[in-house]
Amino acid sequence: MRERPSSVLMVPLLAAWLLTPTAAAAYTVYVTNEKDNTVSIIDSTKLEVVKTVKVGQRPRGIILSKDGKWLLICASDDNNIQVFDARTMEFVKNLPSGPDPELFVLHPSGNPLYVANEDDNLVTVVDIETDKVLAEIPVGVEPEGMGITPDGKLLVNTSETTNMAHFIDTATNMTIDNVLVDSRPRVAEFTADGAQLWVSAEIGGTVTVIDPRTRKIIGKIGFEIPGVNQDAIQPVGVRITKDGKRAFVALGPANRVAVIDTAALKVERYLLVGQRVWQLGFTPDEKLLFTTNGTSNDVSVIDVEKLRVLRSIKVGRYPWGVVVAPF
Amino acid sequence: MRESAIDLLHRRSARGASSLRCALVAAVLAGNLVFAAAAPNQPPPPSSSTSDVQRIAIVLARELRDAPPPLSLLDVPPADDGIAGARLAINDNNTTGRFLKQEFTLAVAQNGDVGELIAQVKKHVENGTAFVVADVSPQAIVRLADALRDLGALIFNAGSGDDRLREQDCRPNIVHTAASRAMLADALAQYLVWKQWRRWFLVYGTQPDDEAFAAALRRAAKRFGVKIVEERPFKHEAGSRRADGGHEQIQQQIPTFTQNVPTYDVLMVADEGGLFGEYFPYRSWDARPVAGTQGLVPTSWHPALEQWGATQFQNRFRRLANRPMRQLDYDVWVAIRSIGEAATRARSAEPADMIAYLKSADFDLAAFKGRKLTYRAWDGQLRQPILITTAKLPVTVSPQPGFLHQFSELDTLGIDKPETACRAYAR
Repeated sequence: MRERPSSVLMVPLLAAWLLTPTAAAAYTVYVTNEKDNTVSIIDSTKLEVVKTVKVGQRPRGIILSKDGKWLLICASDDNNIQVFDARTMEFVKNLPSGPDPELFVLHPSGNPLYVANEDDNLVTVVDIETDKVLAEIPVGVEPEGMGITPDGKLLVNTSETTNMAHFIDTATNMTIDNVLVDSRPRVAEFTADGAQLWVSAEIGGTVTVIDPRTRKIIGKIGFEIPGVNQDAIQPVGVRITKDGKRAFVALGPANRVAVIDTAALKVERYLLVGQRVWQLGFTPDEKLLFTTNGTSNDVSVIDVEKLRVLRSIKVGRYPWGVVVAPF
Repeated sequence: MRESAIDLLHRRSARGASSLRCALVAAVLAGNLVFAAAAPNQPPPPSSSTSDVQRIAIVLARELRDAPPPLSLLDVPPADDGIAGARLAINDNNTTGRFLKQEFTLAVAQNGDVGELIAQVKKHVENGTAFVVADVSPQAIVRLADALRDLGALIFNAGSGDDRLREQDCRPNIVHTAASRAMLADALAQYLVWKQWRRWFLVYGTQPDDEAFAAALRRAAKRFGVKIVEERPFKHEAGSRRADGGHEQIQQQIPTFTQNVPTYDVLMVADEGGLFGEYFPYRSWDARPVAGTQGLVPTSWHPALEQWGATQFQNRFRRLANRPMRQLDYDVWVAIRSIGEAATRARSAEPADMIAYLKSADFDLAAFKGRKLTYRAWDGQLRQPILITTAKLPVTVSPQPGFLHQFSELDTLGIDKPETACRAYAR
């Protein structure tokens, strides 16, 4: 990982200071800090950290329950999932998760929860109301990314060393197909209409777009940034706007977020953010996109419409996951 | 002179844990070990039948060599050094393989006699095994490569960092997962230059391997603007070990040996056999850090590396082998995972297809180093970041910031394309 002189970042950030939107709705942004064992809570209008909360060890994946009441956090080194009251940040309970949970996805109905167990070649299905493990689904080596279709019928898990997207029928919890993608697939993200699955490959340096019905590869997106070594371009986080027109891909140590025209499957622009950008989270109105920047210990805020980086916000050490609540 | 299997066992068991002695007896007597191919705890994929499964056989060739016991009891190699890495890679390959109806098997051929070992391996190859992972001496791997020359097999050198194997003695049927001495020396030199520790005092042993590592350090010094202010050979003869005995003598000898050196920043030690280098830290006349083969050490793997998802990899290994992963385990794992990746991507179990894919520009391997690993087209050397480590933790990873390259920064480590003396690959 190359260190980047901070002066490179300063120019866009200073300029961005003046461009902060004023009329945005107020949301709460939660960021897991992998090394600090904390969650930083950011006010989306003030764009500053308003609270830091101690959580379990090595917090990574973070999501909200469908009703917005609970915040679910993968405490990877505690081998469980912690549930907090999203408004008060009071601890509610631990959910069983299987060993080393990293990323997870909720069924669109709100329950159950599907958890990737990176250390055990399994996807664990957990009932979040009764705290029971419903099933364990064997997948490839080092399961990581989790995605689910809007109708909840098809679950996808990526495995980092097997280099596949595993398609799982949620009615039977059986693997129905496996699609080979490039090296070290990280994040699996469906478009809002469920017609496309996007899978990022960190070491392969690509994003593969798959038709979930036929499991055929529709296209593959590569990245080229002048002055940045190809090896440093490592796609991880993927977010697609609800209208399906634009996708944002975090490029890891390339320190950029790629903006992709989904119709053409072409990169429109690269946005310079903090160092080792990992995961992404939209505000519910999709006006802002927050990025976790692992090695620079900050979060970049992107204006989605103008495609500009507005600001960086200092959080804890090694920020990893991010989710934004509709309040 | 031929030795009996029992003699071999007695002399060589010093290198391994005694609890594994029985396994070693069987291995030495039989000469071969075959591991079951099935990945643990994994049900077969739906609708698979045995008839259409592609099988890919791999043989791990180990030359059993005599070595004096290491200075530290902590450094006694386990009996399954390398073998455990091979088993993990076979499991990983088969977890992927069950989705693609590919099955990987591992056989282990080991012998103290190079001629016999080559005969064993050749038999495997003639019976359809196209991939050989070798943990053997430089002389043995060249003989092995020549013996297998027209058989369409590919050999992975996982056991030797000898630069001659990548240079004048290179063979088109060998690729190297072990980092070369030149890569290791360059990686260490880059970090020391980054630290501005540019004046070295070089102490080297009298074995040919020590001289070779010292030569790699001299080459690195020249490349990266380091001044070697003084060189001293450390005379150390097996049987009359100068620094033998308890701490009292060492405490006297090392300060005396390191006296009257022009001002320097780091004491560089070249002792590949591990016979004296560990005596230098904290005992030199001047208060200086020690680096090289002991002290701060360049290596392809460290048992405490946790970056880039390595934690899960280390855990998997420990569950399998009940010990930390060593460098040889990693280099063997990379070799067998390369074979697996070639089979997956080429969607073929045909050795010619797989080897063509492995040597093509399309090949890459994710191997917990934070970037893709590939093979150099000019000598078959694996391009990889090198860890700079203390006994307990990785300190940094080279290439270092600011060491730039026209094509890949990883090619600032080791012999680059314009420098190569390897002609076999150019054909």
